[in-house]
Amino acid sequence: MIRSKTPALVSIALAFALAGGLAVAQNEAEQPKPPRQDWSFAGMFGIYDQAQLQRGFQVYKEVCSNCHALSIPFRELSDPWGPGYSPDQVKALAATYQVTNAQPNDKGEIFKRPGTPADVIPRPESYPNDQAAAAAFGKAPPDMNLLAKARKYERGFPWFVLDALPGLEYQEIGSDYIHAILTGYTKPDDPQWNLYYPGHKIAMPQPITDGAVKYADGTPPTLQNYAKDVTAFLTWASEPNLPERKKMGLGVMIFLFVLAGLLYFTKKRIWEAAH
Amino acid sequence: MSGPTTYVPKSKIGRWFESRLPMVGLVHSSFIAYPVPRNLNYMWTFGAILSFMLVAQIVTGVVLAMHYVPSATEAFGSIQHIMRDVNYGWLIRYMHTNGASLFFLACYIHMLRGVYYGSFKPPRELLWIIGVVIYFLMAATAFLGYVLPWGSMSFAGATVITNLFSAIPLVGNAFTHWLWGGYAVGDPTLNRFFSLHYLLPFIIAALVGLHVWALHVTGQNNPDGVEVQNVERDTVAFTPYATMKDVFALSLWLILYAWLIFYIPNYLLDADNSILANPLATPAHVVPEWYLLPFYAILRAIPNKLVGVIALFASIAVLAFIPWLDRSPVKSAKYRPTYRFFFWVFVACGIGLGWLGSQEPTAGLVLIARILTVGYFGFFLVIMPLLSFTEKTKPIPASIADAVLAKKPPITAPAE
Repeated sequence: MIRSKTPALVSIALAFALAGGLAVAQNEAEQPKPPRQDWSFAGMFGIYDQAQLQRGFQVYKEVCSNCHALSIPFRELSDPWGPGYSPDQVKALAATYQVTNAQPNDKGEIFKRPGTPADVIPRPESYPNDQAAAAAFGKAPPDMNLLAKARKYERGFPWFVLDALPGLEYQEIGSDYIHAILTGYTKPDDPQWNLYYPGHKIAMPQPITDGAVKYADGTPPTLQNYAKDVTAFLTWASEPNLPERKKMGLGVMIFLFVLAGLLYFTKKRIWEAAH
Repeated sequence: MSGPTTYVPKSKIGRWFESRLPMVGLVHSSFIAYPVPRNLNYMWTFGAILSFMLVAQIVTGVVLAMHYVPSATEAFGSIQHIMRDVNYGWLIRYMHTNGASLFFLACYIHMLRGVYYGSFKPPRELLWIIGVVIYFLMAATAFLGYVLPWGSMSFAGATVITNLFSAIPLVGNAFTHWLWGGYAVGDPTLNRFFSLHYLLPFIIAALVGLHVWALHVTGQNNPDGVEVQNVERDTVAFTPYATMKDVFALSLWLILYAWLIFYIPNYLLDADNSILANPLATPAHVVPEWYLLPFYAILRAIPNKLVGVIALFASIAVLAFIPWLDRSPVKSAKYRPTYRFFFWVFVACGIGLGWLGSQEPTAGLVLIARILTVGYFGFFLVIMPLLSFTEKTKPIPASIADAVLAKKPPITAPAE
């Protein structure tokens, strides 16, 4: 390596970093990034908190489901790694919904029937499709079944590199974004101004405030709690495999590390004969 | 290295089979008795890693194809079906998407190894060119595969890349409409992309067969760039030496793979692709997957559409010519200090272009992209020919055995 060039290159790189840093700081004041929250499902061993998911589902059902679809099968609500409702509870819940049958009846009529756990949670009845919803609201409220995976914000360098590293990994960008939006309506006189939404003008007016939902388990009915709980629920809805995935991952990693160790010493022993 | 096998089957059935179809003899001469330079470092394990990744992608892909529906209305939902309903569907899907990224990471390391150590030089030119064709097909396969989930980034990427063909003079528009199966990216496009995405990996597999065959005719290059002179002194048998080293390297690679699949599976997935494709709603920032970013930056750096497209394809095509651009008699950059410096500058250009490809093309960034594009092409078209005969190289070792002994004085007397 030609060593004489290195100090020059380093100082040029530092100058760029400084200039870039100043530009970023200015931008931050105008468009702040969603703050990082503590989630039970973060990190290598994090999984969902069942009670939190049940509260989140309650918030979804009482507030969000009036406008937003959540196209997941009912049976997922009895997922033991997720909200963990009993199969009977899920059956009863599904039966309260009217679902369009896939096939017409014997007379050739399309008909509606009570839902079953195998059915997908139906869209809000008043807005059978995106066009109807857009006509009512200006913009169609998105389906929330992948919302936590479908939202992001710019992490910038070097954070996007660090976000992949063991111990520092950050997979909850979407969750933090959703939480920030829900708590970001900081201008009471402008219900569509949101601190964290890019450009600040969001089509959804503030959906939830303190006291909107009464929790069964006695958790304080504050906006902060609603935001945390419904975000955790939506994260689960987007990524129900998370607990099983991490559990499997632990077993796989241990296996691979042991295997790599054994193979390393085997390889060393074999190669001794080559010298 | 190639020729009639020395393998003699021990059993009667073995001899019966071998005299009709000498498959076992072929495996024996290619992967057991086959001599391999004894000074190879871990950069030479990526061929095995790539073979594993190709098989992994094909196996996971075939299973995914059993559940995936290649229709514009059903594709996105079928992926959700795979993720939620299919037993371990989430695992197979994450293996496939993250496998594609690792496939490219291994491929880039493998290619950079070739450029650094001069593995493209005579007599390995054809081996290198087959490799370039494999890489191009990999990029095509990855592009086609990315369209299949029919997310908003899939749709945007398909539109951007297929629109490039409209830059061809005279026939461009007609060709693009023929490619699309319509007047815009749509259902026919998705259906044929699925067909091609299923097809290309098997063409890649056939080319990999040719690639390994070409390799076995000439033998491996090695970190010192000195050809094998004495098989006994300079080489070791593939099994168990290279076999175990490859398997060990693969186990480390699998740790990286497992980290991605189980702990950060969505890290490399763009969030916009979790939104259903809508022709009326383009994502705010259209970017390809990370492994195509440098070429995306080169494409955007050039103001003229046709020249940009030509530069895009030229940036890969130029690789095929480097056996004739770099004529230095010294193969390995270990003994070429000037070349080594420019090699790392080239790598920095590539990484810089990759980062630029992910950013919005503001005036300042486009200028830097242009400079780095000049750097990228300059490495091949200017530096390589210039250094071919003017570089002051370090003296190369007389043989592989000498290189190994110089590194590590033997504990016992060397076997002569």
